[in-house]
Amino acid sequence: MIKVNGRDREWEKNLTVDLLLKKCKYSFPLIMVKVNGKYIPKEKYQNTLIMDGDDVQVIHSIAGG
Amino acid sequence: MSKENKDNQKLLTSFEFEPGKVEKGYTDRRLYINLSENKIEEKPIDLEAKETFTGGRGYGIWYLWNAVSSNTKWNDPENEIIFCTGPICGVTQYSGTGKTHVVTLSPETGTVNDNNVGGYLAPFLKFSGWDLLEIQDKAKEDVIIFIDGNKGKVVIEEVPGINSDTYLLIEKLTEKYADDEKDKRNLSIVSSGRGAENTNLGILNVTWYDVRRKKVRIKQAGRGGTGSVFRDKKILAIVTKYSGVNAGSNNAAYPELLKKAGQRLTKEISKLDHIQNGMRETGTVNLLDHMQNYNCLPVHNFKFGSHPDAFKIENKIWHQRMTQNQAGDSCWMGCAMRCAHAVDGFELSTGPLKGEKVLVDGPEYETTAGFGGNCGCFDPDFVLEANFYCDNYGMDTIGVSTTMAFLMECYENNIINKEITEGLELNFGNIKAALELIHQMAEGKGFGKIAGLGIRQIKKILVEKYGADAEFLQDIGMECKGMEFSEYVTKESLAQQGGYGMANKGPQHDENWLIFMDQVNNQIPTFEDKAAAIRYFSLFRTWFSLVGLCKLPWNDIEPEDNKQKYHGMEAAKVPEHLENYCWLFEGVTGKQLTPEELILQSERVHNLQRIFNLKMGFGTREHDIIPYRAVGPVTAEEYESRRELYDQQLQEIVNFDIKDKTTEEKIKTLRDYREEQYQKLCDAVYERRGWSSNGVPTLENIIKLKIDFPEILELVKKYQS
Repeated sequence: MIKVNGRDREWEKNLTVDLLLKKCKYSFPLIMVKVNGKYIPKEKYQNTLIMDGDDVQVIHSIAGG
Repeated sequence: MSKENKDNQKLLTSFEFEPGKVEKGYTDRRLYINLSENKIEEKPIDLEAKETFTGGRGYGIWYLWNAVSSNTKWNDPENEIIFCTGPICGVTQYSGTGKTHVVTLSPETGTVNDNNVGGYLAPFLKFSGWDLLEIQDKAKEDVIIFIDGNKGKVVIEEVPGINSDTYLLIEKLTEKYADDEKDKRNLSIVSSGRGAENTNLGILNVTWYDVRRKKVRIKQAGRGGTGSVFRDKKILAIVTKYSGVNAGSNNAAYPELLKKAGQRLTKEISKLDHIQNGMRETGTVNLLDHMQNYNCLPVHNFKFGSHPDAFKIENKIWHQRMTQNQAGDSCWMGCAMRCAHAVDGFELSTGPLKGEKVLVDGPEYETTAGFGGNCGCFDPDFVLEANFYCDNYGMDTIGVSTTMAFLMECYENNIINKEITEGLELNFGNIKAALELIHQMAEGKGFGKIAGLGIRQIKKILVEKYGADAEFLQDIGMECKGMEFSEYVTKESLAQQGGYGMANKGPQHDENWLIFMDQVNNQIPTFEDKAAAIRYFSLFRTWFSLVGLCKLPWNDIEPEDNKQKYHGMEAAKVPEHLENYCWLFEGVTGKQLTPEELILQSERVHNLQRIFNLKMGFGTREHDIIPYRAVGPVTAEEYESRRELYDQQLQEIVNFDIKDKTTEEKIKTLRDYREEQYQKLCDAVYERRGWSSNGVPTLENIIKLKIDFPEILELVKKYQS
């Protein structure tokens, strides 16, 4: 189990940041990802593995109405 | 003007004044016009009002408070329509400083309403010498009010028999009042249209001149029926003329602070807009794709949050349709945000201008989501035609589309039928019927006469005259306080439900927009977190309207490292922009302002507005209730469309065993839970705001805020338990 924005989510093997964003349908282009509090730059999304128990934050910079 | 109109023109009165003298952002005087007495007067801004309510909407609400009684209706002579400027208004060194704020009693809500609108009006008004334009009473025949800020003259002319629709009127008035082509940029015209005369959904169009296109462009003061008040007073147009705007027009105390803030923001916009929100590329309509992808796009009267056909009206389409080969346009001088866009040469297929090729200002996100998604008409040509005619007729695209979506759901549920609609087949997606309804509303004919009343009054008619189920209509009629919801699905964001429900004027997103912070980012998980966000951001956003600013440059662009340097709610405040605002206020007025004092300025006005609601017979907890459609799934169709999500919530959050339960049983349990959550949120927000459990500001809070004027105290005391 991992946490994504404070909510529980099933963990799976070989789960990268990139894959997680796809599974969550987080398509917004301006997001900031932190895994266990550590900032992950966009170019590392494909290679950064998420481990069981990790706490992932995906913050969308959307201003809205 | 045609020859016939010229012959009919009659000078009613004129007034000479000393042209503008702006000191540190203020003129300290207001222009008062009484239309039945043909009286024009200069009045001072009361020093205590200045200290307490800062300017802009703060002034507007205060002077309206003093003009009307608790019995005044929107169309009574004593109701005023007040055009407000703020101290930062007109600063050309910073983006988004051209906003006019308009205050009046609303035909939709029966209480005080505020709107903000771009265009050149407010800066021209202020530089002409007026912090406020305050218009009371009604003319006998249509009038044009002409304010010449350089010559120091106000003229009221009677002009009967002129078509009030905006598109042709503003072109004619621009030709009439400008000395030559160059002079056209010195005009700003306020107009509306026949739709404002025949519905409660009237808007004001405010012009600015597009020198590149050589066309008059418009922005809208859209919500709550302000244009209906304007036409009820028989104002055909207000024309303001001023030349000579420059960086020193505000006589700012410390111009270097304006420059510092302006340069910092302009650099950000130039560097980052194309990789952030693309406001220069398509403007607010960029939101459409994101709302669709995150299930927040209203579809079929807010039943659903997305639709497979949404790609037909997505941002890419508007990229192709908007006829600009460069960054968008600025609706006030010096704005680097340049979010104004237009489609040129659009050929109309219906209505009085059928076959004409016109310029369509927009479309903005709300218009596209409302007509495209909410009415199920995923056709860009329809969106443009609806956009054009609503503007031209002076009708609110949000109010019209949300009302139309409600009527479509009523039609599909056999609550109304062809007999009642006089032949209109109002199914979702019926473009032909939708356009016909817009024209009928504007004309006040056929079923349009009922549709133009807005959802609250329509519900009453459907129940009383046609025996409709009042509870079901309450659930699906997307209005609160009498105003239609703007275009976001809030079912999964409790904070935004509260942001809409507890907004002073009604469910318009300019007071709060917390959907992503809450629903997606989950940054405000507890009631206390949500209450803190609702309190803070409603006050922060209120501040823009006190000083004359546009909201967009606050967070539709943000420093590259904002989310890395700051976290959670702090990041959402965009601290460096907050610092810019403190610099701007100090730079113009000479008074230092901390972020806490900025919030205090807003809190005074926000509480006054809540108490104004109280004065008009609203403003208590029962008026903050929102329709269940905004909270959760009303029908089995809605529940089933997201069954996995709702089932999971019932099991994991509500601890409800869903095994062998019918959809109806699950809907009821989820509803009980969500409605209870909403009530708990109200408790938390009221407490955080210093209001009683009935939603009334406490005496202690009023005294603390120094708004303890005698009649405010007298009124509020009646509600203290």
